[in-house]
Amino acid sequence: MASNENLVEVKDLFMYFPVTAGVMRKRIGDVKAVDGVSFNVRKGETLGLVGESGCGKTTTGRCILQLYKVTGGTVMFDGKDLTKMKGEDLRAQRQHMQLIFQDPYASLDPRMKVGDIIGEPMLVHHLVSKNEYKEQVDDLFRLVQLEPYMADRYPHEFSGGQRQRIGLARALATRPSLIVCDEPVSALDVSIQTQVITLLIRLREELGLTYVFIAHDLSVVRYISDRVAVMYLGKIVEITGSDELYDNPLHPYTQALLSAVPIPDPVVDRQRKRILLTGDVPSPVNPPSGCNFHPRCHMALDICSEQEPEFREVGSDHWVSCHRV
Amino acid sequence: MAEPITTAPIRSEDVRKRRHWFVDLFTRLWKEKPLATFGGIIVLIMFLTGIFANLLAPYGFNEIILSDRLDAPSGVHWLGADNLGRDLLSRVIFGARISMIVGVAGAGLSVMVNMLIGIPSGFFGGKFDIIMQRFVDAFLCFPPLILYLTIMAILGTGILPVILVLGVSMGIGQSRIVRAAVIGIKENVYVEAARAIGVPTGRTLIKHILPNIMAPILVVFTVGMGRMILAEASLSFLGFGIAPPTPSWGGMLSGTGRTYMLQAPWMVLWPGLALSLVVYGINMLGDGVRDLLDPRLRGGLGRYGAVKRKKPAEVTS
Amino acid sequence: MAIVEKVLEVKDLKTYFYTEEGEVKAVDSLSYYVAKGESVGLVGESACGKSVSSLSILRLIPYPPGVIVGGEILFQGKDLLKISEDEIREVRGNHIAMIFQEPTTSLNPVLTVSLQLSEALQLHRHMDKHTANEEAVKLLKLVGIPDADKRATDYPYQFSGGMQQRIMMAIALSCNPELIIADEPTTSVDVTVQAQLLELIDDLRSQFGTAVIIITHNLGIVARYVDRVNVMYAGRLVETAPTDVIYSEPKHPYTVGLLGSVPRLDLPRKRKLYVIDGLPPHLARLPVGCNFSPRCRFAVDHCREEKPTLDEVGENHLSACFRSGEMKELAAKERED
Repeated sequence: MASNENLVEVKDLFMYFPVTAGVMRKRIGDVKAVDGVSFNVRKGETLGLVGESGCGKTTTGRCILQLYKVTGGTVMFDGKDLTKMKGEDLRAQRQHMQLIFQDPYASLDPRMKVGDIIGEPMLVHHLVSKNEYKEQVDDLFRLVQLEPYMADRYPHEFSGGQRQRIGLARALATRPSLIVCDEPVSALDVSIQTQVITLLIRLREELGLTYVFIAHDLSVVRYISDRVAVMYLGKIVEITGSDELYDNPLHPYTQALLSAVPIPDPVVDRQRKRILLTGDVPSPVNPPSGCNFHPRCHMALDICSEQEPEFREVGSDHWVSCHRV
Repeated sequence: MAEPITTAPIRSEDVRKRRHWFVDLFTRLWKEKPLATFGGIIVLIMFLTGIFANLLAPYGFNEIILSDRLDAPSGVHWLGADNLGRDLLSRVIFGARISMIVGVAGAGLSVMVNMLIGIPSGFFGGKFDIIMQRFVDAFLCFPPLILYLTIMAILGTGILPVILVLGVSMGIGQSRIVRAAVIGIKENVYVEAARAIGVPTGRTLIKHILPNIMAPILVVFTVGMGRMILAEASLSFLGFGIAPPTPSWGGMLSGTGRTYMLQAPWMVLWPGLALSLVVYGINMLGDGVRDLLDPRLRGGLGRYGAVKRKKPAEVTS
Repeated sequence: MAIVEKVLEVKDLKTYFYTEEGEVKAVDSLSYYVAKGESVGLVGESACGKSVSSLSILRLIPYPPGVIVGGEILFQGKDLLKISEDEIREVRGNHIAMIFQEPTTSLNPVLTVSLQLSEALQLHRHMDKHTANEEAVKLLKLVGIPDADKRATDYPYQFSGGMQQRIMMAIALSCNPELIIADEPTTSVDVTVQAQLLELIDDLRSQFGTAVIIITHNLGIVARYVDRVNVMYAGRLVETAPTDVIYSEPKHPYTVGLLGSVPRLDLPRKRKLYVIDGLPPHLARLPVGCNFSPRCRFAVDHCREEKPTLDEVGENHLSACFRSGEMKELAAKERED
């Protein structure tokens, strides 16, 4: 499974979106969507990215794939610095890294037959000859448990779960090594979610894929990921192995996040300690000073509002940024 | 832990009825928009008349029978004859051909110009868009009729200059519509998906953007056709459009038509009627098409409202 | 067992939609009740009829195509399906309040929050403007809006999603309703905010004795905040039981499957998930037998031929399955395989 070799190395990643005002489009501030993030994704592992909306997890995923022009930092993919690439070089790299979207309705072109949707990546990267094309598309259909005869239907004829599988088949078409899954199951029904999760896990094992799995549902993230990074306001606050994170969460935000997830068993749930966070996530335009979690933190000290905590390794492969650990 | 996942195959009844959107549009037009269907039939009749004018017209459009000058409608000349003794029915029928050619070719050209400006302007945005749009703004400040007359005076009369002038100028004027549609489409996740896959920009424009703006383009085309026919009639009326003896409805209304209006009112009545009817029909059709394709412009939830059309899945969720 | 005071009782409710594709049985023969001060969960996946059934209670089903074909909805002894349009309007604001999924679309964007609140108060509780304004601020404080007196004059867009949902709750509470229906109240907010909101609903319930119906697909929420659970599938109620019972001894295979299919934080990570195969049936083309039979792992011939009735399988515990009795053994065997 996961080796020690890194497939992706993200270093000091910054992604600011300018906030402009007036006729002259004067820059009056920045939305600090990703504010200095570093992590590695090892070959064959699944790294979970969790956090609440607006924490920058989706932007981080998009930045790995260079769908945004990053403000700062480097993204090494398979030894190459993607942030220095552009144009045709970058486009060629895209066949090795793919993206699955949250919304299975909006991410498929409504005017295109699903067979063409799935086959398009192979065509644009010239991966197949004409006579192999049809066969390859059929194989992809079977790979995601759809029937090849559906190839000339349009997306609107499929249910949400089926569409998500079409999106998955499209991502797999170029035989990528990395797939960024951006909330791939959150728009689906419970029973369909399980179908897709199980499929994602099976494909990972069969094809040796590496996933960056972005989601807000902690139970799902824990289930599928080998390691999990918790994000808050554009920063990673804690990153460690899945089991370690859930057995021994060190950052107060991680603790609160975990305790906020009710367990579907009333007997177990009643015995859990609950930490109820107050207030909302602050605006990423003006993040709080020091540790940006301090206004909502139940164990904040004076130092937390003054000095930004260092992101440090506190256990084996367990990194956290908090003064109180 | 490769466990077998048994997912039930999708049965044919799980899949909703499938029709091409264009076919769907026509069935809905028929079912939900009687007035638009009526307009469509008028347009269709005009087209057939224009195409088969040679077969339908009892006389040639320039066949002069001096003895029948200013004849009232009768068994011989159903719609009467003009001051040169030409059969008016035949001239109105051949006039349909001119209107059809000007309408279709002009609207087609304007759509083309529209896309040429609108698609890149909308898709690339930024400085390119700003410069393009200022150019369009400047163009829109010009009084259209004066512009037409000036250019026609330079190019001379005839059907080709008419199409060229009207098509290009209307295309520039309406490029905002396609631009707006493109801006709307490019925000869709599937366009981002295309980028993530590595689809080159050109292919994205042709395969993903273009098919998805067909709806507004169709609307621009139908509405444009009516405006084009009217504009041609106005130009011909002023003597800058199609040169006689080629029969154009607008041309027939002017000149001799006006002179003899009191003695032979049928000389202006028929072309005028044909013109109004056809433009009305096109506008009805255009309105219907727009209502169906652009739900934001759709009226209330009346007799043909949206509630009835909702899919059960949307209703019950 | 003590006789419970029922705030709401739904009896044999049938809501059908008539569409191009035929008769869609969105809600079919649904019966349940809500006792005073109780919190009842309506659980199921999309299109299972949970939202339609709650809209039916307030007679908010769009017509056409929806029609409440049959049944009774008894609220304080009155059948809501038989009263006049004026009377139902009185019930809607004053006695039964609804909290919707999307707070952004439920609030009027061009009116200030206090105006929207005091309007409801003036209309339903016949307060004068001044008292209504004071009451509005009080309500905003109650639902936990910080600086309520200052923020009352803000517009909805100036609040975050979670805060907007709180405002919706304040509006719902403004008339001291006997029953609150919360339709997926936390789907559009984050987990930490979700916890805040549900705690708030729970507090209000214990404080005012308001009965609550929580409609959700999230089994965790149900476990934590609900006294009794109704599980719906394809328009029908398949199982109902007190929360503790349904989680420890589910009797319907759909409930069993649903509980086994979600990853849980407290169980080992590599646990195999229970996959419910296939898709829910199309509501216009329901199977002859049990609606769940095409996806059920335990279905026998009998299940495909006849629809099971909702039968008592334990105290306060009903299940619509022919094999409810053997479910414990069946589920255990399934886990071993």
